[in-house]
Amino acid sequence: MNMNFFLAAAEADASGTLPFYLIGLWILILASFTGLEIISKVPPTLHTPLMSGANAISGITLVGALYCVFSDVGVSAQVLGFCAIVLATVNVVGGFMVTDRMLAMFGTKKKGGK
Amino acid sequence: MFTPTLAALDLSLIEQLVYMASAFYFVAGLKKLTKVKTARAGNRMASIAMLTAVLMTVYLVAVKGEVHASGMDAIRASLPWMIGGLVVGGGIGVFLAKKVEMTEMPELVAFFNGMGGASSLFVALATVVAFGSGAVPIGPDETLSVFKGADISISIGLSILIGSVTLTGSLIAYAKLSGKMWKNRFGPVGSQGLNILLAVLAIGCVVYGGFIATGGMSMTVFLALTAIALFLGVGLVVPIGGADMPVVISLLNSYSGIAAAMTGFILHNNLLIVAGMLVGAAGLILTQIMCKAMNRSLAAVLFAKFGEEDGGKDDSDYVGVTSTSAEELAPLLEAAEKVIIVPGYGLAVAQAQHKCRELGDLLGKEGIDVSYGIHPVAGRMPGHMNVLLAEADVDYDKLYDLDQINGEFKNADVVIVIGANDVCNPEAYDNPQSPIAGMPVLDVWDAQTVIVIKRSLSAGYAGIKNPLFERDNCLMFFGDAKKALEDMVTEFKDL
Repeated sequence: MNMNFFLAAAEADASGTLPFYLIGLWILILASFTGLEIISKVPPTLHTPLMSGANAISGITLVGALYCVFSDVGVSAQVLGFCAIVLATVNVVGGFMVTDRMLAMFGTKKKGGK
Repeated sequence: MFTPTLAALDLSLIEQLVYMASAFYFVAGLKKLTKVKTARAGNRMASIAMLTAVLMTVYLVAVKGEVHASGMDAIRASLPWMIGGLVVGGGIGVFLAKKVEMTEMPELVAFFNGMGGASSLFVALATVVAFGSGAVPIGPDETLSVFKGADISISIGLSILIGSVTLTGSLIAYAKLSGKMWKNRFGPVGSQGLNILLAVLAIGCVVYGGFIATGGMSMTVFLALTAIALFLGVGLVVPIGGADMPVVISLLNSYSGIAAAMTGFILHNNLLIVAGMLVGAAGLILTQIMCKAMNRSLAAVLFAKFGEEDGGKDDSDYVGVTSTSAEELAPLLEAAEKVIIVPGYGLAVAQAQHKCRELGDLLGKEGIDVSYGIHPVAGRMPGHMNVLLAEADVDYDKLYDLDQINGEFKNADVVIVIGANDVCNPEAYDNPQSPIAGMPVLDVWDAQTVIVIKRSLSAGYAGIKNPLFERDNCLMFFGDAKKALEDMVTEFKDL
């Protein structure tokens, strides 16, 4: 950590900005801890919906896929990018809808119970 | 000049704020997903965050032309690809989400997860092809892999590696869960030796492709890495027994998040890193929760061959099994004061959750105290049974988890085990040699009478014998769970 810090400072000095991968690593570490803390207490009822919802969020790679269909990089890259968009969208749309379907059942049950 | 790597850094303040809001909503949504009351709102929040992120990105790439400056015509030409991809993918997603039965949920999550992994893989490959085709000048004579670009090429390597393992691993998990594949080996695939070899080769490719390979070479290395990692994913999941699939899916879910985060390093996009690592960490915690529930370490799950050797046990191994019928059971239930229902995967397969509720309600009307004992890994995923019983409108307050219910069995007159096996196997306590030794199980045998509804005496997911069935206080009611419960309801009404 310390070394990265000095490295970052040195590179920042040279180029005027922090290199992205160092900013990214900071973000990565903090986001990881956020994820760990958020999940600590979950009732078993929600394990499946939570897994499904988190899975849909991991479809965020869709944002990356959208960067990959720029038109001047050759057809093969574009086709790969297109496939990436399709697959990620399946994950995102399907994931959120299925999660909602599961959670909706808890909802109706509550109304019925009270 | 084409500079995809600076995409997210060149955003205006407002554009940054939109991405930031999206990241915030992901975190808040995930947090809300952990509470029953707010879970649905949380899921909506996360999906709005995703929609925001996608619309912003489409605007940035296809309208504003953020990622490159080769003329607005070229930029606009990418729009149909985006819209097309979103429409096709969205259509498939909607179709699958609407069509699939609640009981098949675990498989579906595994499948979706594989798609996410595949997407990260393709993003990384598209970047490699784009760089490799020479259409993307990083600088004169500069190649991707000069040490200066190592952060990107390492990220590409990791994204390919993790994405590929997620893809094939999830597909194998999908096949195992949907009962399409039971094999624990295909020739040498799945053996530990080969896995270690593949893993070493894969890491070698990441390092070589990251620091050493240049230009066209790096493309070759990354393609080799893809092939190796795809095999590795198969090899890692194939030997794992079906009973451990929930843990595997949760772990692969975590992987797909990490793969997405790695694409964030390639494209220099903070949002990808935040959302990806959130899922990466969340999946890891869920995995741990599940391992704890089974009293197994993650290493034991991943490397032990669970339930492979004992799979051959069949009916003939059982002696002194008492079978019963609905007519016999009705008076038994009527005389009971406290009944505990223990559902398992058989309930899901037979779609018997509604019949189960009906029987529960019927008993409840007679003044019988009915509760449900849910083992954390009953079914194919943690919480699988909760979801099914919720679908059938069973009251939450009647569902108890392992720790809450285990002391209650000794007070119960009747326990009805519906299509569950391994989660109430006394071997876990009695036989230290058993593959499930030490796993906490439901102590159903403490009850006066245990009724087990099961299609046959065949082994459960762990592939081992269950001596519970031979006990004196255990009655076997053979048949499909739905049919059996239906018969019990009819007989009970006729009393």
